[in-house]
Amino acid sequence: MSSNDKMIRTKDLTFLEKIYLPEIVKGLFLTVRQMFKPKVTVQYPEERFEPPAQFRGRPVLVHENGVERCVACGLCSRVCPALAIEVQAAETPLDKERYPEKFEINMIRCIFCGFCEEVCPEEAIIMSNEYLLVFQSQEEAVFGKDKLLKSAEEMRPRLEFLRDHR
Amino acid sequence: MDLLEPIIKIAVVLGALLTASAIVVLFDRKFSAYIQNRYGPNRVGPGGWMQSIADVVKLVMKEDIVPKAANRFVHDLAPMISITVALTTFAVIPFGDTIPLFGKEYNLIIADVNVGILYILAMTGMGVYGLTLAGWSSNNKYSLFGGLRSSAQLISYELSMGLSLIGVIMIAGTLQIDDIVRSQTGYWFGWIPQWNVISQPIGFITFFVASFAETNRLPFDLPEAEPELVGGYHTEYSGMKFGLFFLSEYANMIVSSALITALFLGGWHLPFAETWGLDPLVLALLKIGAFMFKMFIIISFYVVIRWTLPRFRYDQLMNLGWKVMLPVSIANVLATGVVMLWLTR
Repeated sequence: MSSNDKMIRTKDLTFLEKIYLPEIVKGLFLTVRQMFKPKVTVQYPEERFEPPAQFRGRPVLVHENGVERCVACGLCSRVCPALAIEVQAAETPLDKERYPEKFEINMIRCIFCGFCEEVCPEEAIIMSNEYLLVFQSQEEAVFGKDKLLKSAEEMRPRLEFLRDHR
Repeated sequence: MDLLEPIIKIAVVLGALLTASAIVVLFDRKFSAYIQNRYGPNRVGPGGWMQSIADVVKLVMKEDIVPKAANRFVHDLAPMISITVALTTFAVIPFGDTIPLFGKEYNLIIADVNVGILYILAMTGMGVYGLTLAGWSSNNKYSLFGGLRSSAQLISYELSMGLSLIGVIMIAGTLQIDDIVRSQTGYWFGWIPQWNVISQPIGFITFFVASFAETNRLPFDLPEAEPELVGGYHTEYSGMKFGLFFLSEYANMIVSSALITALFLGGWHLPFAETWGLDPLVLALLKIGAFMFKMFIIISFYVVIRWTLPRFRYDQLMNLGWKVMLPVSIANVLATGVVMLWLTR
C-alpha cells in the first residue's frame, strides 16, 4: 500500500446493502413521499409573484407630493453601462434649484443592474418591484417622466430596504 | 363469420392500446410532476387531461424533416418497425377471462398461440431493429451511439429475460399465456393466491429489471440518454415519425406491464371473486378491471423508479446484465427444478 492510497471506506457494505434492493425500496418511498408535499409552482396568469423589497425590477423616479426628488445631476446617466438614461436639466424656483426637464429611460437598453440607484445622491431613482414590461414598438419602450414617476409613499418598502442595507 | 370475431377484437384492442398510450403519456407527465412538487400539464381540458390530444395534433401538423445525408428509406422504415412491434406484441396477452356475450363465450385474447411466450420474446427482440436502424440511418454520430447502445443493451438483457421466464414455464408446464394465467388461479392453503410472483420472486425481479431495459426506461434509457446523446436514436426525427417512436415507447411500457401482470401477478385473476356469486358478465368485466388495475400499479412503479434511480453507466449495465442477472436467473431455474422434483417425489 503506497502512501498515496487512502482508506476511504470505513466498513464493508452488508449483504443487504450489496444486493441494493432494500436500498432501492427505501429510495422509492422517498420519491413517493415527495408527491404529498405542497406544490411550488406559481400559476402565472392567475397568480402573480409579489417580489420582495430587495427585488431589482424596473427603475422608477421617486416624487414627493408631485415634486420629483431628482436634481438632474446626471450621475445616473453617466454611470449607466447600457447608456439607457437621458437627462436634461432645467432651473426651478424651488430649494433644489435644478430639476430634470426631460428624464427618459430606454427600457430596451436597460439591463436592471441598479447602478443608477447606487450612484444617486438623492435616492431619487430606485429599482421598483415591477417586472412586467411589454411594448409593441421601440418608441413605446422609451419611458418618460409620466411613466417613471412614483410617489415615495408607494415606494416605501424599497426605500426602507435601501436605508437598512446600503 | 370466423373472421369477424378476430377483426372486432383487433379493432377494440388496437384502439384501447393507442388510447391507453396517450393516457399513460399524460399519467407519466402528471405523476412525474407531482414527484417533483410541480403540477404538470393542467391547461388543456379539465385538469390538463386533453394534453395528449393537443400534442398528437401538433406532431401531425409538424414538418417532417429528413437530414440530407440520411438513408431515406431506412429512416422512414425504422419508426414503422418500432410501432408495429409494440402493437403486435399485445396480440397474445389475455386481458380477461372468457366473457359471455350474446349467448356465446368469447376468449379475451386475439391470438391464443400455443408458443405465446416465444412469440413475445421474438417480437420484443425485433423492437431493437427499429432503434438501431433509426440510429444508423440518421447518419448522425449521436444517433448511431444510441442505436448501438440499444442493441448492446438488448444482448445483455434478452438472455436473463428469457431465462427468468423458464421458472414460470416450468410451473405452468406450457408456453401458452392463457394457460399460464389459468394455472395461477388456484390457492395455497385455501387463502394465498397461486400467483407466480409468490412462487417465483427471483424470476419476477429479474424479469422486471429486464423489462426496464426492454422498454428503454430509466435507469436503462441509454439509447436516448438526453444529457449525453442529445436524444439518442430519435435525434434526427421530427413530426409524427418522432411521435411514432414516442408512442411505441409508451405502448411498450403498457405491453410489458401487461406481460408482467399476466405472467407473474395472476393476469385477470381477481382473488376470491368466484365465491361472491356475481353475474358471469359482471364477473368477467371485473376481471378485466383487475387486469387493468394491476397494469396501472406496474406502470406507476415504472414512473416512481424513473425518478428514484439515476441512469446506469454503460459498463455498469453490462456488469449487471452478464455478471448478476444471468447467473441469478440460471440459479433460479436450477432451484425451481430442484424444488419441483422434491415436491413431486
